[in-house]
Amino acid sequence: MDIALIGRIFPVFVQAAWTTVELSLLSLAIGLAMAALVATLRLSHVTALRFIGAAYVSVFRGTPALIQIFLLYFGGPQIGIQLEPFAAGAIALGLNIAAYMAESIRGGVRSVDRGQMEAARSLGFGEGQSMRWIVLPQAAKLMIRPLGVNAVALVKGTALVATISVVELTYTAQRFIGSTYKPFEIFAVTAVLYMIMVYGLTVVIDRLDRAYAGEA
Amino acid sequence: MNDIRPMIEVRGAQKFFGPLEVLKGIDFSVARGQIVAVIGPSGSGKSTLLRSLNHLETLDGGEVWLDGVKVNQTLGRRAFERHINGVRQQMGMVFQHFNLFPHLSVSENITIAPIRLKGMARAEARALALKMLDKVGLADKIDAVPARLSGGQKQRVAIARALAMQPKVMLFDEATSALDPELVDEVNLVMKQLAGEHMTMVIVTHEMRFAAEVADRVIFMADGAVVEEGSPAELFRNPKQERTRSFLKKFLNG
Repeated sequence: MDIALIGRIFPVFVQAAWTTVELSLLSLAIGLAMAALVATLRLSHVTALRFIGAAYVSVFRGTPALIQIFLLYFGGPQIGIQLEPFAAGAIALGLNIAAYMAESIRGGVRSVDRGQMEAARSLGFGEGQSMRWIVLPQAAKLMIRPLGVNAVALVKGTALVATISVVELTYTAQRFIGSTYKPFEIFAVTAVLYMIMVYGLTVVIDRLDRAYAGEA
Repeated sequence: MNDIRPMIEVRGAQKFFGPLEVLKGIDFSVARGQIVAVIGPSGSGKSTLLRSLNHLETLDGGEVWLDGVKVNQTLGRRAFERHINGVRQQMGMVFQHFNLFPHLSVSENITIAPIRLKGMARAEARALALKMLDKVGLADKIDAVPARLSGGQKQRVAIARALAMQPKVMLFDEATSALDPELVDEVNLVMKQLAGEHMTMVIVTHEMRFAAEVADRVIFMADGAVVEEGSPAELFRNPKQERTRSFLKKFLNG
């Protein structure tokens, strides 16, 4: 075990981990926005819209995230989409996690008792109003845990974009192995940094969950 | 002259669930201030009929009128949404399982519709909530959360919530069926009090004794059709149809 090496590389790795955090946050934002849209499609009364939503989920859950990243980054230029590695990685990861998050959102909405919508409608609220003021506030509470699971998967999944040379944590680790031949130390440090990030995220999720639970 | 027009009128109401005809062309009307109880065995279509009055169920045939306005009009999607939301504001509905909004306080449960739909000021809405809660004997629960209430209290809050929209009609869908027996009376008492104030009411119920006490008219339904209707005295003491007799006999013998 080369402790001195760990000390030397640590600052660089923290820097790289920060890139992973930025990448995670950006894909999370893209993912949540897209997931809200896809969940809306999946819950629509219009068959065609429901179909589009279902197709989105099938495609993005049914193919490897790595292939989706390659398709966008390497295949993109061929159809006129030229993106920097970081942007391509964030978008591909965001679109991928959106499929899972859409299902978490839909599950939350579906778990709210049907009687809530009926009671709201019977008072004279429209469908959108009933969703906004009655169903969604209750569904939000039910979504936090599953969305949290998705977010954790996303953070760990960012390691995939090392393959398109985004200089994040995993890419940095691989590069250092080439120059030091000390894979154990380097991957151990890498793993610990991922763990710290995931731990931080779970603390945030727990807080959110408790805050919402207290409200009801 | 308006008083001659029925408050609710149903003509030829027809409804299918798949191949099953659950409402077989029902006609009935409710006069202003009248209290009609609808009784009948499970699956007779009585809840479906009630729910079709405010269009929670869509009829496949027939017409529903509320105070001279056709409820199930043929309109474009948006126009119909606007129309039906307006109609529903005039018909309070009370559900078997209360359906209070658990994420809102008792006060918010009652004020959310007047504030959001009628643009009522918060202070005014709260005063209204207090008045309605007072009516159902729960003024002291105004800041409670629904989870802390008993079933009977929940249902009384649900009645207050519906009343806060100042509806022309109140619809009760087995309002006491989900309650423990000792909590039934407090809800029945509130309904009787409303009856005393000449609220127009349609009450779907399993409680024959209550129906006899409160209703001006009783409708007995079976297999999606009205078998017999009349005053409580006629229908309960002297039913004309064999189907009514056997139903009542079963009920009275427990």
